[in-house]
Amino acid sequence: MEKKLGVFICWCGSNIASSVDVDKAAAEAAKLDGVVHAENYMYMCSDPGQQLVKDTITEKGLDGVVVACCSPRMHENTFRKAAGSVGLNSYLLEIANIREQCSWVHQNNKPLATAKAVSIIEGTLDKVKENLPLETITIDLTKRVCVVGGGIAGIMSALDLANAGYDVVIIEREPAIGGHMSQISQTFPYFHNVPELLKKKIDEVNAHPRIKVYVNSEVDVLDGYVGNFNVTIKTRPAFVDSAKCTACGKCLEVCPVKVDDEFNRGLSQRGAIFRYNQLETAKIPVLEQGDCLHFADSDSEDGGKCTACVDACPEDAIDLGTIRSLNEEFVGAIVMATGYDLYSPTNMPEYGAGKIPDVIDALAFERLLDPKGPTKGQVLRPSDGAVPKKVVFIQCVGSRDPERHKAYCSRACCMYTAKQARLYRQQVEEGTAYISYMDIRSDSKDFEEFVQKGMEEENLVYIRGRVAKVIEGDGCLQVFTSDTLSGRQVVIEADLVVLAMAMEPKAGIRELAKKMNVTIDGDAFLSETHIKLYPVESSTKGVYLAGCGQSPKDITDTVSQALATAGKIQTMFSNETLIADPLIAEVKDDVCSGCGICIEICPYGARLMNEFTRISDVNQAVCQGCGACIAACPNKACELINSTSRQFLRTIGDFASRSEAV
Amino acid sequence: MKYPYFPGCTLYTKAKKLDDAGRECSLKLGFELDELKDWTCCGATFPLVNDQHITMSGPTRILADTKDQGNDKLVTLCSVCFNVLKRTNNVMRTDEERRTKVTDFIERDYNGEVEVLHYLQVLRDEIGFDVLKEKVVKPLTGLKVACYYGCLLLRPVKEIGLDVMENPTIFEDFISALGAEPVEFPYKIECCGAFQAVHSMDIATRCSRDILNSAKNSAADLVITTCPLCQFNLDDRQPEIQKSDNRFAPIPVVYFTQMLALALDLPAADLGFERNLIDPLPLLKEKGLVS
Repeated sequence: MEKKLGVFICWCGSNIASSVDVDKAAAEAAKLDGVVHAENYMYMCSDPGQQLVKDTITEKGLDGVVVACCSPRMHENTFRKAAGSVGLNSYLLEIANIREQCSWVHQNNKPLATAKAVSIIEGTLDKVKENLPLETITIDLTKRVCVVGGGIAGIMSALDLANAGYDVVIIEREPAIGGHMSQISQTFPYFHNVPELLKKKIDEVNAHPRIKVYVNSEVDVLDGYVGNFNVTIKTRPAFVDSAKCTACGKCLEVCPVKVDDEFNRGLSQRGAIFRYNQLETAKIPVLEQGDCLHFADSDSEDGGKCTACVDACPEDAIDLGTIRSLNEEFVGAIVMATGYDLYSPTNMPEYGAGKIPDVIDALAFERLLDPKGPTKGQVLRPSDGAVPKKVVFIQCVGSRDPERHKAYCSRACCMYTAKQARLYRQQVEEGTAYISYMDIRSDSKDFEEFVQKGMEEENLVYIRGRVAKVIEGDGCLQVFTSDTLSGRQVVIEADLVVLAMAMEPKAGIRELAKKMNVTIDGDAFLSETHIKLYPVESSTKGVYLAGCGQSPKDITDTVSQALATAGKIQTMFSNETLIADPLIAEVKDDVCSGCGICIEICPYGARLMNEFTRISDVNQAVCQGCGACIAACPNKACELINSTSRQFLRTIGDFASRSEAV
Repeated sequence: MKYPYFPGCTLYTKAKKLDDAGRECSLKLGFELDELKDWTCCGATFPLVNDQHITMSGPTRILADTKDQGNDKLVTLCSVCFNVLKRTNNVMRTDEERRTKVTDFIERDYNGEVEVLHYLQVLRDEIGFDVLKEKVVKPLTGLKVACYYGCLLLRPVKEIGLDVMENPTIFEDFISALGAEPVEFPYKIECCGAFQAVHSMDIATRCSRDILNSAKNSAADLVITTCPLCQFNLDDRQPEIQKSDNRFAPIPVVYFTQMLALALDLPAADLGFERNLIDPLPLLKEKGLVS
């Protein structure tokens, strides 16, 4: 049966009516096939305008409506709701855009604009004729969250969600949560004591009944989709039973292994069994299987034999036979708080990092400032333990160097360098701190004042220029740089050089992003959906981003972003189910050959091969209706519901047949 | 195997020993340097501004000649010639507008078909340093060598691409293959003062002094170089350096081909050591490398 169609043409005040002859357009539209009603009105989106549409639908029993007005981005929802309220399936209403795509671009040619408007209306009518009535798709929602990464971003996000009443699982790759923040001594711009701040938050996490922490763990497999994720978590064995261990430390003394302590950036050594960090929250030792002689090759002398720690433990808390475990968690949303690594200083051979012991990176300098660090908070140079009298801090090492390293600015370095230099000057009064900089980016609350105070009151020597090289001179380091403000070449004789290395995404992020189906940018930072309006949403629905995994940032911004993800997830969880738009892809079972091209091409992971029927299915909850699979299908077996190829061809046909008139 | 070879002006005069040794060694290593016919000066500078085309006409003509004489490669020994030819060739390959201007002017058809190689590159990529090591007759055992690169052999790295810019190793790998011990010294890629020697001798003296001191602090016995200008500055400035610093002990500065020739057991008397201002022979005798 042919649909009874209605056409409603909006003047949009003079926006449309001044270029399109709306009376003529209505008269022309009334003559079109299937149209039983056509009229125009000054503001169709106003309440009386909407009432007009509603009344006409009821009176004339319309089963298809075209509203010719502005872009569907403006008012498609308005009119669909109106139609829905009087019982017309809202997917049987379509917008014909005669403003942005007609009246505004043909302002000086009324006959042409009018003819084109009629043509657009006719094309849209033909689409509506084949539109199917649809219902929205409902998706179950598991109100639990998985946070990947237990740095400050993950911690803050998890606490907010748990306090809102949702269960949270934190997955942390390292043996303890806290992330890079636990390596830092004090913050800018107020010199807050980081271990104190962080311990409070970690204690809160550990004590929270709604938070479960998996340390030594990584995501193994991610299945499912928004509202219904199934995360498989792979956990490396801890070997030390935290229920039995009293943290007496006897095992630490007997371990024969000595390796560089990564947490202290190689400034100290540790055994194969060691305390991961200096925080009170990480007192129980952890055993690194890769360093332990017990697990070493059996052809080595001590292979498989060493049980020194086991023998020393008075509580029998160490079991070297522990194996890795796999756990599954069902969650509705995921927070990617994967964090950063410092770009390796070995990428800068000209600065001697890795070769010259007194050239260290900024995190190593933080470890020197930590009262519980390898030097008990004294700034001492690694080579001979002397107090350095001249320290050169080099900013932008690896950052802002598109030709050889990273093109981006790492954002936190200007401020933490100022902080480190000020802390050094406060500790070593007779010392001189030189800072080599390109320009100073201190663009947040109290940041500029912080830097200025360092320059003016603490006599930090800022030298604008890029350091060419650092070499070992006679009993000191020679830093070759230039002062671009005075145009002179400068050689600074220094005792210690600190490199503010670029931040880069955590190692292994590419593989993880692939597992989580999250897109990454050219530098492997996780991509947000929209930098301005959807800054914490990833390309996959239900997966959110926080912290330095998304881009380099300081603690302030990281925490803001973490709390934003928590807010977003709470909004999602405020409904009992999720609602999805039914305008998605569908597959014609009898045409699909199961070639799988659509599976490769789908950017959302919405296409899956049905192992039983060998036909490629559409996951309705995941599909975004982008149309990529439709264009890619060689058999034309996929169609976008209510935007089928047939509908498009008819619409194009309408334009073609009227092209002469236009 | 024959490699088309562009000696350049200096190698016919002041740097004859660089040229002689290079040719002799190639025969020992199983290839021949086949001198290009009718070659001219490369110009010795690559234009640093985009609209200066006349300077490129010389090197382009050399490259077009190479192609027209039926070759697809061109080997040089001199760092300056290498730099100028390689960079000009790059323009011919990548910048149609500049190429057309130059080739129209010299009335030649050339699109960058020739590959410009440095002699070291031939040794590394075509012969192989491992093969070279096997062919060494008299290893330079016990000799500590400072491998001085200078600027033109490496920079700009995007156009030259011989090795990494900040920490190159091709020269060290070469001298290790000969059995000598390369020393790491911080000034190995610093500038020697180059053409400043023409009008501001003191600049070249200062630059050379820093380089030589750096090499000596790293316990080097000898400095090797690929560049006639570097060799000239480093060698020739030493009496001047001694005038201002009487503790400065001279150090020989020789061409890499001279050391190659020594390792391949070519007669030391033919290697032109007598042309070096700081005579390397006493050192080489002491190390038992020449009798």
